Order: sequence, then C-alpha cells, then structure tokens
Amino acid sequence: MLSSVLKSRWLTFSLLALGLALLPFLINAGLGRSWVRLLDLALLYVILALGLNIVVGYAGLLDLGYVAFYALGAYVYAWLASPHFGLHLPFWAILPMGAALAGLFGVLLGAPTLRLRGDYLAIVTLGFGEIIRIFINNLNAPFNLTNGPQGINLIDPVRLGSISLSQPLTLFGYTFSGVHLTYYLFLLLVLAVIFISMRLENSRIGRAWVAIREDEIAAAATGINTRNLKLLAFAMGATFGGLAGGLFASFQGFISPESFNLMESIMILCMIVLGGMGHIPGVIFGALLLTLLPEALRYTGDWQRNLLGQIYVDPADLRMLLFGFALVAVMLYRPAGLFPSARRRREFADAKG
Amino acid sequence: MSAPNLDADWTPLLSVSGVSKAFGGLQALSDISLQVNAGEIFGLIGPNGAGKTTLFNALTGLYTIDRGEVRLQDARLDGRKPHQVLQAGLARTFQNIRLFAEMTALENVLVGRHARTRSGVVGAVLRLPRTRAEEADSHERAHALLRRMGLAQHAHRLAKNLPYGDQRRLEIARALATEPKLLALDEPAAGMNAAERTALRELLLQLQADGLTLLLIEHDVKLVMGLCTRLAVLDYGVKIADGTPEVVSHDPKVIAAYLGDEAL
Repeated sequence: MLSSVLKSRWLTFSLLALGLALLPFLINAGLGRSWVRLLDLALLYVILALGLNIVVGYAGLLDLGYVAFYALGAYVYAWLASPHFGLHLPFWAILPMGAALAGLFGVLLGAPTLRLRGDYLAIVTLGFGEIIRIFINNLNAPFNLTNGPQGINLIDPVRLGSISLSQPLTLFGYTFSGVHLTYYLFLLLVLAVIFISMRLENSRIGRAWVAIREDEIAAAATGINTRNLKLLAFAMGATFGGLAGGLFASFQGFISPESFNLMESIMILCMIVLGGMGHIPGVIFGALLLTLLPEALRYTGDWQRNLLGQIYVDPADLRMLLFGFALVAVMLYRPAGLFPSARRRREFADAKG
Repeated sequence: MSAPNLDADWTPLLSVSGVSKAFGGLQALSDISLQVNAGEIFGLIGPNGAGKTTLFNALTGLYTIDRGEVRLQDARLDGRKPHQVLQAGLARTFQNIRLFAEMTALENVLVGRHARTRSGVVGAVLRLPRTRAEEADSHERAHALLRRMGLAQHAHRLAKNLPYGDQRRLEIARALATEPKLLALDEPAAGMNAAERTALRELLLQLQADGLTLLLIEHDVKLVMGLCTRLAVLDYGVKIADGTPEVVSHDPKVIAAYLGDEAL
C-alpha cells in the first residue's frame, strides 16, 4: 500500500519533471521561439506572484507597491553588471545581493505601515511604490545613479563559465537557444521559490501569518509578535521580488523606470487574486494565465482578418476588453479564485464523511 | 466545613492594584485593585457596561492603562504588548469568539503553540531536526487538547464551520495550548444551552483540579456562585465588592447594582 503510494508519487514526479524539461522543445516546435521567450517571462511572474502571495495571500497585507522591490533587484543587477559603472560581477554574486537589498527595503518600507490595514495600507504602499519609481526616474543628477528615464542598457546576460544565456549552445548535436537555456535557469529558481513557499506555509511562521490575516487582535492575544511577523512577511516577499528583478534585468539586457509602474503591481496582484489567494498552485496558475493569455489574444487580429476580411477592433483594445471581462467574470463566479485551495477541499471531504 | 482562609493559605498569582483607564471623558475603570490566588476560580461580575471586558483588555495588553500596576507573580504586565502578556503566562478568550475562521480547528490550536516554540524561517525551510521535533510535539499536544475538549472529530474542519458551543471550546483549547498559568475567560457560557453549560462547568472544575487558575467573567449568576472561590463585582468601572460568593451575594451594594436602589 505504502510502496504503491510512493511509487505513484515518484511516477507523477518523474512525469512532471520530464514534461517541464521538454516543454520548451514542444513550444518551440509548435508556436515558435517568441513563445519560449514568453514562457521565460511567465516564470519570472510566477516568482513575483509567489513573493507577493506571502505578503497578501498569507499575511493579508494588501501591498500595492510591490513592484518597487522588483525595480530594486533589477537596478542592483544593472549597476553591478553593465557598462553603466563599468562593473561586471558574476550573476551568482549579484542576484543574492539584489534580493537582500530588496528584502531590507521591504523591512524599511514595511515598518511605518505596521499600524495600517486594508485600504489604508494599500494607499501607503502604493505611495511607496511610486516614490521608488520617481526616484529612479530622477536620480541621473547630481550623480548619475540610474540614468533617469533612458534606463540602463547593455546589462550582462547570465553567464556560467563559458556558457552565456544570450547565446545559443550546441550540446549533443542539438542547438539550445538563449531563451531555451534561460527557461531552465528560471525554472530552477521557480522551483526553489515554490519549495520555500510550501515549507513556510506549513510551518509555525506560515500559521502565524495566516492567523494575523484572520484576526490580528486574536493573533496578538495568542502570543504572536505581530510586528515582527508582518515585517518578516514584507521582507520575504520583497526578497523574492528582488530576485525576480535581477533575473529580469539580465534577461532583457535593458531596464528603465517604465517597466516598474503601478500597473505592474496591479497585474501581479491580479495574478494572485485570480488564481486563488494564499494557494500556491492557484497563484502559479494565475501568473501563467495573466502572462500568456494577453499574448494569445493578440492573435484576434489575425482571426478577424481571416474571418471578416478586415480588422474591426484593434487587437490591443480587444485584448484589454476581454481581459477586463475575464476579471469581472472570475470575481462574480469564482470569488475565491480559479483554483480551490486544499483547505476548502479538505473541508468538503470532512463534511461528506 | 469552613471556608479556607484564602488570603493566608494561597499564594497570589495575579495582583491588580489601582488600575484606571479613561476613554476621553468616560472613566471606564477607576482604581481597580484585586488579587487572584493560585489555584482558584475567580469570578468577575457586574451589570452590562460595568467595565469587565475593559478590565480584561487592560490586563492582557490590548489597552494601555492610565494608572496602576498589574503583576503576574513577579512579572509586570502593565505596559506590555499582548504577546508579551501571553508569554508571561496570562491567556484569554474573547466574549465574541475570535477564532481564526479560515483555519482548521487543529491549526487554531497549533497557533496557540506559537509562543512556546521557536523555529524560524531557516528551520522551517530546511526542516531541521529541531524544527521537526518541535512540530511533532506541537501536533501531539494540539491533538491531545482537541481530544480533551471533545473536538477530535473536528480537527480538520474550518473553525467557522463548527457549531457554536464547539467554537467556544476551541477557543479555550487554543488558549490552553499556550500553557498559561492564568486563563481569563470572557463569558464562556454565553449563548450555551443548559447541557453545554453543565459540561463547561465540569471542564472548568477539571482545569482547576489540574492546577490552572481561572479568571472568569460571567453573567450566569448560578454558574458563578456554584463555581467561583471568590468574586469581584464591578459597577460603572468601580469595584463595589469582593469576597466569597456567599458574602458578595448578600452585599447591599451588589443587590442595588443588579436590581436597582429601590430593591433595598
């Protein structure tokens, strides 16, 4: 009995691993290389969404300035690995630095908001997010730190020994493209972030976060140091944000303040809400859906031309329209998100048994 | 059998002296002093709005008091944060049940273990041996508490879906998981039917027998009179009487507070 359970577990695990390893090949063959690139970007958003999920999903702190930490991670990477300051440190040194600095800022920006909840917290964090973006936009004088609105260009790609993720690599007679190699790196980090999230969720710390979300006063009266645990949630979320930012900078090779606007924070929040707040598979699903679906909706232009002879609605507009409808529909019919959480499933099983 | 001389025989656990608290112009608590001895069930009664719950909130760090001193054995509790008060050994329940609604009964009790456990992020992520041992211990204690409260079959149900009486008991289980020296219960029998009240009474006596000290706010006079070793009566934020149930129930000021002056 036990061995068969273990066997089936290993089977699922192996199949999943094989599927994830082969996915970029299939997508490359079926949809083209630009979709592998999108897949990379989607993985980046999975990291971001899982980071914000710790703050919003677990601890229940509505943070609308999350993109600030993403920006910090990206700029740390750009400073230390581009011609901007002439520094070219290796990625394995910069990524942790960016993540740590973002985590530190998570604590610094979290500390003044400790007494705020709900809407008030959202407004203040929104303000912090904008402050960071405006700083980045204007810190090209008196000392050129961020190069202002022009952004920082020619950022080094991730390089491991002689392998660079911006160049194709030929191995066993097959040529892996840069986006393909990037996929494996991002996948590895996504798996690490999922692992950390899962372990935290089922721990003393994770339970304390959920308790704070459910009832902060009762949590304090049950012995939880709400101040420290809220700061820890901000720090953990910001660390993941900073990590994603560093990856983004290396992946794009170019960053500017434009990439870190409020809309970005809202999109990441939407991923969580849509997928299922506080539920890891739901959040991953939401992140993948909201990165890939808008791209897929670009094809509506082609469909219109093929079916109707000409383009009646600009695909870019239609995309946002359908996207808006989808969000409203989910909020109306699946207010808890698209993925039911394990908590609810367990509850359902108990009610029947 | 004569009543034991409580003040002489028993050691003080909680000492409240001269506690005052005002909200704007309203003096919610005026110069409250009382002493709860180790091992007793101490009742706090009074008409609605007398300041009982305010006193609870002041003792447990939810309100900062204006004047006075609160001690649990040698530890000062006044000016402490709620989690520090709990750490010192004073746990409480709430009048309007405050469970973690979206967590299971088991998880609610596990949260109660938070103050008595220590593992952090690194321990949780790497599942260090110490963390694993701590988690196993917490689960064992939590299950034992659920069994004791008759909630074992509800371990994996969400707290919000439990019947009312079970929610009350779950809140007590969560408080007990923190290993308190003194457990403060804010109207634990509110909304319970006669059978549930009898069961609650048995439970509180059992807890007392196990060496726990209880501080009890309760409206049900019959329950209080039968259960408590001593009582304090609050009215308009002032302590108007204290002593054994026998003494308090015959105090003219208490009768006046409950029934009105014309009853005298």
